[in-house]
Amino acid sequence: MVIEHTELKRCDVINIKGRIDSATAPKLAEVVNEIVEAGRFRIVFDMDGVDFISSAGLRVLIGTQKTCKRYNRGEVALAAVPETIMASLELAGFTPLFKIFKDGVSAVGNF
Amino acid sequence: MPTVIFPGRYDSLAKIADLVKKATQEFGLDRLAAYGVETAVDEACSNIIEHAYGGEGKGEIEFNYRIKDDFLIITLQDTGASFNPKSVPKPKINVPLKQRQETGLGLYFMHQWMDEVNYVTAGKTNILTLIKRKG
Repeated sequence: MVIEHTELKRCDVINIKGRIDSATAPKLAEVVNEIVEAGRFRIVFDMDGVDFISSAGLRVLIGTQKTCKRYNRGEVALAAVPETIMASLELAGFTPLFKIFKDGVSAVGNF
Repeated sequence: MPTVIFPGRYDSLAKIADLVKKATQEFGLDRLAAYGVETAVDEACSNIIEHAYGGEGKGEIEFNYRIKDDFLIITLQDTGASFNPKSVPKPKINVPLKQRQETGLGLYFMHQWMDEVNYVTAGKTNILTLIKRKG
């Protein structure tokens, strides 16, 4: 898994490539923690390059959404979600819990 | 295929996934169904490491697959603690964010993506069989 973090004026974008599984999810959680500890709670996960996500990865997504939405201080948006990853999100019942955008630019524009 | 033995570590997951992709391709599954099988096996192996062994580097995972008629049969064996699948509560899927539990999805995914999930313990060995039917 390769993670690229970009801090923009209105939000942070995390671009993820590769597999998000039990081996790599802790690294993603670490990047997220650094962002929220800096007091930034508007986050875009750009999933365009994600090949695979397991429940360990989904736990990071839902945990981040809970942290960001607390006190209405922000929110997580998902962008460019591949079809297979979307199937997992739907099965887990996650699709109503996130705003999902077709690409990173529209997700950033939402904030 | 011969049984392949992997160390019970999370960095084995990607290597196991490569074998699963080979199996689903040989079996002739479409992309989404193949992804589902990959998910089920990944969840099963993660559970073995986390729950049966109680952490990384405590034991091995034996992986095997065979294709018989319209069935892809994958078996995973470990020698960790056994568990009762019925004791794992189903995750609550249609609840608001605040009430979402962050655990329990792994087993749920296995049942959703596979046609059959069997778990037996024989002596000190736990054997999980995941079966996917074609079509």
